[in-house]
Amino acid sequence: MLNLDDIGFARNGFRLTADFQVPGPGITAVIGPSGGGKSTLLSLIAGFETPDAGRILVNNQDITADPPGDRPVAILFQDNNLFPHLDVLANVALGESPRVRPTPATLARSKDALSRVGLEGAEHRHPRDLSGGQQSRAALARILLTDRPVVLMDEAFSALGPALRTDMLELVKTLLPNATILMVTHDPEDAKRIADHVIFVDGGTVEAPVETDDFFANPHDALARYLT
Amino acid sequence: MADRAQPIGPGGAFGVAVAAAIPFVILVTTGAILWVAEPGEGLGGADLAALRFTLWQALLSALISVSLAVPVARALARQVFWGRNLLVTLLGAPFLLPVIVAIFGLLAVFGRGGVLNAALTGLGLEPVSIYGLHGVVLAHVFFNLPLATRLILQGWQDIPSERFRLAATLGMDARAVNRHLEHPMLRQVVPSATLVIFVLCTTSFAVALTLGGGPKATTVELAIYQAVRFEFDLSRAAMLSLVQLMITVVVALLALRLVRQAGFRPGIDRQRRRWDGGTGIIRAQDGVVLTGVTVFLLLPITLVLLRGVAEIPGLPGVVWASALRSLGVALCSTILVVVMSVAMSVAATRLGRFSRWVETAGLMAVAASPLVLGTGLFVLVHPIIDPGRLALPVTALVNALVTLPFALRAILPACKTIEDDFGRLATSLNLTGWARLRLLVLPRLRRPIWFSAGLAAALSMGDLGVIALFADPDGATLPLQVYRLMGAYRMDDAAGASVLLLLLSFTLFWVFDRRARDVEP
Repeated sequence: MLNLDDIGFARNGFRLTADFQVPGPGITAVIGPSGGGKSTLLSLIAGFETPDAGRILVNNQDITADPPGDRPVAILFQDNNLFPHLDVLANVALGESPRVRPTPATLARSKDALSRVGLEGAEHRHPRDLSGGQQSRAALARILLTDRPVVLMDEAFSALGPALRTDMLELVKTLLPNATILMVTHDPEDAKRIADHVIFVDGGTVEAPVETDDFFANPHDALARYLT
Repeated sequence: MADRAQPIGPGGAFGVAVAAAIPFVILVTTGAILWVAEPGEGLGGADLAALRFTLWQALLSALISVSLAVPVARALARQVFWGRNLLVTLLGAPFLLPVIVAIFGLLAVFGRGGVLNAALTGLGLEPVSIYGLHGVVLAHVFFNLPLATRLILQGWQDIPSERFRLAATLGMDARAVNRHLEHPMLRQVVPSATLVIFVLCTTSFAVALTLGGGPKATTVELAIYQAVRFEFDLSRAAMLSLVQLMITVVVALLALRLVRQAGFRPGIDRQRRRWDGGTGIIRAQDGVVLTGVTVFLLLPITLVLLRGVAEIPGLPGVVWASALRSLGVALCSTILVVVMSVAMSVAATRLGRFSRWVETAGLMAVAASPLVLGTGLFVLVHPIIDPGRLALPVTALVNALVTLPFALRAILPACKTIEDDFGRLATSLNLTGWARLRLLVLPRLRRPIWFSAGLAAALSMGDLGVIALFADPDGATLPLQVYRLMGAYRMDDAAGASVLLLLLSFTLFWVFDRRARDVEP
């Protein structure tokens, strides 16, 4: 469960407020116009930014003061999810042992994660030798290994074509059934297709999540303007 | 971005300490100089003459280098010919060329027994002398004409190719292209190139040492050297150091504003299609210019090589010993440069908005004249220990400080790119401290690190500066040994030692730089 309790945040003339909770596992899409605060919201949850007021809780644990690496939160960016100088296996193993050399057990689990995303045999290839879809799969394998309850996706697959993106989202849904996933997307169709709930972010205001069908069936004014 | 500040950590703290040490060293040496200088005496007539000569020769060198560079750069920009890339590479070589080797080559062409005078006397004309103002300017043009050409060529490459296409469809001839495209660019590029070269020429000690001298052709740095070495008048050396310090600070401040774009940007060996270089007269004119500059750059070095290669096996033991000393100095200096620049870059990246302080500390090293630093250190250590015994460590340290700005220019931006691209990912993976350095920063910095190492090694190998101030008779480095052999008219040995120095400098650069090229993107 992810809970943002009366969050207030202001930087360089931009203000963001958020007060909502995502009750349980599942995918919540975050949509809204550019510059509305979607990425800032994710940065706050990941810990790259610190709120001026309010608390962030995961499973009733206050994580507001924790540094990013100690949070029960994993994140997938739009690109640069893999270190280009490390091979796929080393990249995945970082999810479990970032500070010391990976143990044989970690490596075994990394290989297992790679086979679950369909990348068996690619352990010793470098990111530059992989297609965009394969790179996304490798990053997803690391998320599997990290095993954190909250997963943030900041337009994670937007560089992929529509069919491939749908495949990846389905894969995420299948492989992470117990995670609370927040997915920023520019494409409302992604939200319709995959998300259980949708959060609308506009002008620095984060609205509470609404069930996907309701969300698109009864859009309020700002949302209707965004969707057309 | 108002990112959560990254903890500075022990690595970052070390970088901050290094950054702080640079102004500290500069301040302490300047302090030592101020302590010793006796302002009551003021500047004598000879000192003022040295100041005048320093500025005058630098001005002449800069103006001549740049005026000659414009036609060369124009020819390179508009002509397509076999060997063009080779010529552009050749233009980068003087930066790594040990000064003393180039001077030996210039003497072989323009010196008393050189090719030129042989031809002149053969025609029944008066021989010319290379010593004095014109010799100093000649050597400076030899080193800086290529640099100026590269800077100006960069300006040409920066004109968007669409404009040349537009000019071609409008039917512009060479003169119209010149007026509408090239003149506006030159008005921007030429002043900064001139200033860069002016700065370099105010602090080029080795050229003045070998080709200058006497009341009419002594630079401030040469006067400092003479005051320390021959008159042992430390207070006069200190006064002169202050003068030199003022020159470099004023000029460096001016230069800082203009030099942002100068440097080793990739891509100037790329040739673009041009349509205005076609007529026979223009092709002939460009051909003459390019042949001229190639001969001017290659002939001296070729003569050194021809004369010296065969002498290498018979070189005396002192030369080999000095070569070993030079290698040691170069390697220590390289390690220092790499450690300092990486530590400073990491610290600058972690400090976020305070990073400018670290960068400024690195740039201060530009303003510090090596000889002034050396004089300050000399003043500091000579009551305690014989400066000759510290010659090699001091040389390694000063060489490192002088190369640091170049290394920072390669490593710092790379460090920032790493942080921009992967910083958040690494942070969210809890990749911090030493592990972040080992797994993320160092592997991705390999290319600029090896390149900087090559630069540092070659520059330190060929340096003839502070070592001249400190070294005792049996503690010379290879460049100083070449200088001494030339002074003793042992020209065969000097030629052999020059070739050895040349080979060592370029091999060092090549070995390191090849590792940089091997790094996969």
